[in-house]
Amino acid sequence: MSTQKVLMGNHALSWGAVTSRVQVISAYPITPQTQVVELLSEMCTDGTLDAEFIKVESEHSAMAACIGASAAGARTFTATSAQGLALMHEMLHWAVGGRLPVVMGNINRAMAPPWTIWTEQTDSLSQRDTGWLQVYASSNQEVYDSVLMAYKIAENRKVSLPMMIVLDAFFLSHTSENVIMIDQNKADAYLPKYDPEFKLDVKNPHTFGGLTTPDWYMELRYNIQKGMDDSYQVIRDAQSEFKSVFGRDYGMVEEYKCEDADVILVGMATAASTGKESIDILRNKGVKAGLLRIRYFRPFPFEDVRRVLKNAKQILVLDRNLSPGLGGITFQEVKSAMYNEKNKPPIYGFIMGLGGRDITVESITNLFEHAKKNDPQDIIWMEVKK
Amino acid sequence: MYNENIFHYLRTNKLPHIWCPGCAHGIITASILRGIDKLKLDKNKTSVISGIGCSGRTPGYLDMNTLHTTHGRSLTFATGIKFANPKLTVIDVMGDGDALAIGGNHFIHACRRNIDITAIIFNNNIYGMTGGQYSPTTPVNAYASTAPYGNVEPPFDIVKLATGAGATFVARGDAFHVALMDKIIEQAISHKGFSVVEIMATCPTQFGRRNKMKEPYQMLDFVANMAVSIKKWNEISEEEKEGKFPVGVFVDETRSEYCESYEENILKKVQRGEK
Ligand code: SF4
Repeated sequence: MSTQKVLMGNHALSWGAVTSRVQVISAYPITPQTQVVELLSEMCTDGTLDAEFIKVESEHSAMAACIGASAAGARTFTATSAQGLALMHEMLHWAVGGRLPVVMGNINRAMAPPWTIWTEQTDSLSQRDTGWLQVYASSNQEVYDSVLMAYKIAENRKVSLPMMIVLDAFFLSHTSENVIMIDQNKADAYLPKYDPEFKLDVKNPHTFGGLTTPDWYMELRYNIQKGMDDSYQVIRDAQSEFKSVFGRDYGMVEEYKCEDADVILVGMATAASTGKESIDILRNKGVKAGLLRIRYFRPFPFEDVRRVLKNAKQILVLDRNLSPGLGGITFQEVKSAMYNEKNKPPIYGFIMGLGGRDITVESITNLFEHAKKNDPQDIIWMEVKK
Repeated sequence: MYNENIFHYLRTNKLPHIWCPGCAHGIITASILRGIDKLKLDKNKTSVISGIGCSGRTPGYLDMNTLHTTHGRSLTFATGIKFANPKLTVIDVMGDGDALAIGGNHFIHACRRNIDITAIIFNNNIYGMTGGQYSPTTPVNAYASTAPYGNVEPPFDIVKLATGAGATFVARGDAFHVALMDKIIEQAISHKGFSVVEIMATCPTQFGRRNKMKEPYQMLDFVANMAVSIKKWNEISEEEKEGKFPVGVFVDETRSEYCESYEENILKKVQRGEK
């Protein structure tokens, strides 16, 4: 029988790093992430994990240290949140340009000012153009499993890109759930040692990040996009192998009662898992409602989104984030995914739950009520004091 | 020590504060306010800036021009404020992780420029707000959540760092010797140029509990016993100095102040058409 542990989301991330046998961890404290690396620092000292822990003087340096370690051929891990992620921004681009498969946990927290520590996705979604793969979790089991898969995907030579595992502040980071632990031998068979194509090596010197003229820069960007294009298949393979070994089934998206649905709600993370409850309530009332939870935001799961949504009569997108001047960020992607489809269902863009305001089962059923009575709009603010 | 006047400078509707019982941050804040009161500063012409951490909460309670900025960067905001309006008295409160880890670079350059800002570092030797990680001032062998077997990194000596980087007023006090702290802070605010005041603070919650001083009085006792006046410090042997630190004013000198020399050496030359 497999072991189970009661883990908060933060510690599910730490244990994911342990199971993946990371070799170098570098981090700086920030609420609500700190517990992730606190546990890891303890494990590095007591010998549970054979890794180096580098505590640095800022998140920018944390990512820089991960980049250095990754370039030297080590499997590296870090975690951060909000302001910390924003401070890393320059280095996020560096990891992508260097094609270094660093894996990072980001706890979604709203950006300041005003100062706040509660959940919102704007921090990680504003890094969507850096070239990091991003997966959004809705349970601690998913957080834990995603770390192992992340290394498998990111380190695949076809991909060679960094990857971010994203989870909601407090709703996951500080909430304890049962997590089925992965047997270490099986994990080692699933995820072999990191074997980079290029690394810093005294016997065979290489350089990362040299100057490039207009003659070659574009080709290197082309290769990054190619890595993203190829990653769809790599992700699918990693997920199906994971399913055959460990029994848990993950897709790029999660579909809930979508096959015959007329109205489909699209969302991410814990708000989307709350939505399942709302779908059940609506189904009991005879509404043909379904839910599509987007797990991968980068690469964006265009195929799955089109396949699931093309027969719907209405699409409702729930965004716990805001791109001021535009609206919800998931809404923007979903709309662009559907633009070239023959059947273009009307799409509603809902903004809700910013700065950690609770999104309840009732608040989600209200979205369906709203769509029943109103025409579609790009930005519909829900539960906001005006 | 009690001074009714400090309520004049507080946003009393924001009280009670969120600091833990027994935290030194309230003691230091009151000392700053007594300094401001003694110097009869106009609260509308006083600006208090902070970064992130438990010390970062301070300006939220003060009824002045305040800014709660980002982690480690408060001195850059403060520099902008002072430079844009040199008539303001600018006080920047920082924590040890804030001022010396993530903000270390800004700290040394502010010292070098000698801009007329008073930097007060609430040194509690730990990252209190995020749960007790070791900071650049955590003593060797002290315990922290990221140093479960004791810290191995040597700490910064803030006084020496600020002196070396060129601050023109450098002092250290502690949260127990309040009369001395009041005197130092008042002097620092009136000093023209960059003033650094390190206050050895207490954090019973995150530092004390991990280091056998879980009661607030134990932590206060700890700093009280470690503090030695500069005069006595110069008389005692190296062994006696072990685990102690000198308190008082270390540097108090005059050097051209940044805003003034900018005005003299650049603005006036431009006005006169010189190159
Ligand atoms: S954690 Fe420490 S520094 Fe922060 S308020 Fe509590 S006692 Fe004060």
